[in-house]
Order: sequence, then C-alpha cells, then structure tokens
Amino acid sequence: MATFHLQVVSMDGLEYDGDVERITLRTVNGDVAILARHTNYCTAVGMGTARIVLPGGETKTAACIGGMLSVMDGECHVIPTTWEWSDEIDLARAKAAKARAEERLKDAQLTKEARVRAEAKLYRALVRIGTADGKK
Amino acid sequence: MAGANMKAVKLRISSVQNTMQITKAMQLVAASKLRKAKERADESKPYLSILGKTLEDIANSNRDFQSPYSKPSKSDRWLFIVIAGDRGLAGGYNSNLFRFMESETKGRDYDVFPLGRKSVDYFRHKNVKLFTEEYAEVAKVGVSDCFEIAREICEAFRKGEYGHVFLCYTNFVSMLNQTPTATSLLPLSDFRTGKKDESDGRAKNLILYEPDSEEVFNTVVPEYLAGLLYTSINVSVASELAARRTAMEAATDNAEEMIENLSLFYNRARQASITQEITEIVAGAEEP
Repeated sequence: MATFHLQVVSMDGLEYDGDVERITLRTVNGDVAILARHTNYCTAVGMGTARIVLPGGETKTAACIGGMLSVMDGECHVIPTTWEWSDEIDLARAKAAKARAEERLKDAQLTKEARVRAEAKLYRALVRIGTADGKK
Repeated sequence: MAGANMKAVKLRISSVQNTMQITKAMQLVAASKLRKAKERADESKPYLSILGKTLEDIANSNRDFQSPYSKPSKSDRWLFIVIAGDRGLAGGYNSNLFRFMESETKGRDYDVFPLGRKSVDYFRHKNVKLFTEEYAEVAKVGVSDCFEIAREICEAFRKGEYGHVFLCYTNFVSMLNQTPTATSLLPLSDFRTGKKDESDGRAKNLILYEPDSEEVFNTVVPEYLAGLLYTSINVSVASELAARRTAMEAATDNAEEMIENLSLFYNRARQASITQEITEIVAGAEEP
C-alpha cells in the first residue's frame, strides 16, 4: 500500500517521524482516517485513541487528546496537546483520575466551570484507560 | 605604613574569596539545573519548529478569513509577550532580550505581557502598560497556566484590543550561544512568508477544513498558543541557566585571577616590610 510521511509532535517531543500507511484518530467531528495522497486538510483533534498503521501492517495505538491535524502537500502533521503511546500509559494513575473525577461530579453544588473541568478530566482518563485496554 | 596596606590587601583577598565562593556555587547550581532544562528544551524544539512550519503553510495557502484569528487585523495595537528571567546575574540574558525588544517595538504602539520578574520590573520602569502581572515568576508557570494565558490573550484579541500578538523569548542555540528571538502568534496571516501567492502563477491548493475553518481555528488557536508559550518558556529557562553558568564561570575565573594578583602584591609588601626591618636593625647595630 502507498505510504506517506507522518510526523507526530507534542510538547513532550517528537513522538513519531516516519512513513505510515494510515492514521486514524478522533477529531472534534468524529473519527477520520488519513491515507496517502490525501487532499490538503486541516482539522481540530478531539479526544480518542489514535491508530497508526505502519508499512508492514503493524498497528500502534496512542491516546491522543486535543491539538490539530494537517495534511499539506502529502505531508501529514499531527500536533496533539498530549500523546501517549498505549504502552506508556500509567493505567493505575488513569483509573485513580477517573475515580477522582467521578467523585467530584457527584457534588451537586459544583460551579459550571468546575463541572466542565471535571468532565474533561473524566473523559481524558476514559480515553487513556480505553487505549491501554485495547492494547491487551 | 606597609602594615596598614597589608591589612587592606588581606581584607580585599578574603572579600574576593567570599564572592568567588558564591559565584562558584551559583555556577554549580546552574550547571546541574541546566542538564534537566536542556533535555526539556530539546524535547520542545521539534514542537516549535513543526508547529511553526505547519502554521506557515496554512497561512500561505489560507483563503478563508472567517475566523477572527485568521484574517489580517485592522488594529495597530501590538501585544508583546516577553519571557525573561526571574533573577539577574545571568550575564547578558535579560539585557540582550530587552535590547532586542527595543528594536522590535520601535515605532509601534504596544502593551506587554511580561513573564518573569525581570520583565515585569523592566517594563514597569519604562512605563509600558502591562497586560497582567500575575505571571511574574516564570519558574512557576506550568502547562495549565499556559492554557490560561492563551485563553486570556485570545479573548483580548477577539475583542479587538490588540491587532497583533508577538512573542519574544531567548532561543537556546547551544550551551554557549543563546539568541533573543521574536515570533508572531496572532493573527495567522502574520505567519505568511515570502512573496504573495498570486504572483507565482501557480494555482494554490485549497485546504479542506473540517467541520469548517472558523471552528478549526477557534479550537486550534488557543491550543497552539498555549503549546508555543510552554515550549518557549522551556527553551528560555534553559537559555537563562546556560547564560548564568557561563557568566558565573567567567566571574569565578576572574576572582581567581584577582586573588592571585592580590596575593602576589601582599607577599611583595610583606617581603618589603621584612627587608626594611632588617635594614633598620642592621643600621641600629652598626651605629655606636
């Protein structure tokens, strides 16, 4: 299958740099898959599990949250806010974060802002847990 | 007379020694902190360069000016985000940045968003209007603060308080070389480089935005601002430590040299006073 050059770069450094067959990830609008020779494209990344299919057919997954994806003249750049490979995720920590967020959301007197923040935390934890579980 | 002089020299030597102890300690502290900061700066570099390139590409072929972030601005007011250090004694780190700022801001109507104590002090002294002084300590600014700052700046920009947002920081080129740098943050059209796209004759590729350009820019812009800020802070902190280490190394070397010269002077004075005493005694013994 045709491949294209993909660079994934987060604030923690260059996470991936190389040719891939396909990348699937969740945007604010739903899941998209980018294949080689995609038209110029730009979208905002949501929260979800990203899958990269390497030229040999091997798949790597990562929790990908926020940021942007752009395809420019055949070059694909993913610039997420956070990017964690499935084998790097600290499952215990994610579960603890999930429990904490759930606990906080039970409080009925939460301000709107705090609620939004707790919900975002919960969602991030769920994405991490989902990504780490999918690996097994 | 020689006695008094010797005492002064001795005092001077011990005071230089004390100073040297401090500079030496500061050098060591900076060196050990630098190792970690350099790692973080190195990790941040690809983010800065790839994000910058992507934004440039988008700005160059963008034809959509729906979002307030993407269209060229009418307002002439500038906001400069200036990342300086919290403390001095870092060689030319702060002063180089401020001198660079002077040339960048020449003839512009601007406010400053200071990060770092030195930055706050400098612009307050210059009577420049400050956006906020909340983030005076650059060492305490974390990722979540960056997102908060980005949100505040985006809001001010959307309200039209500023027409352009600029970021000034010190780039970490190498351990011995740090250069002040400025980069444009908003609006996106400021990223445009080189010749006008119409003039090169080729039809530009259109970009597909999903769900639409406005939505994309509105979500992406605050995030990339925060990312750029955070990584620039990392790079600046590494630059500051490297500058401090170099400056303190030079100061320690200088102190060593001073002590050497002073000791030489002290020993000469001591020798002279002994010689003089002997001459006096011998002269006294010969007399009767």
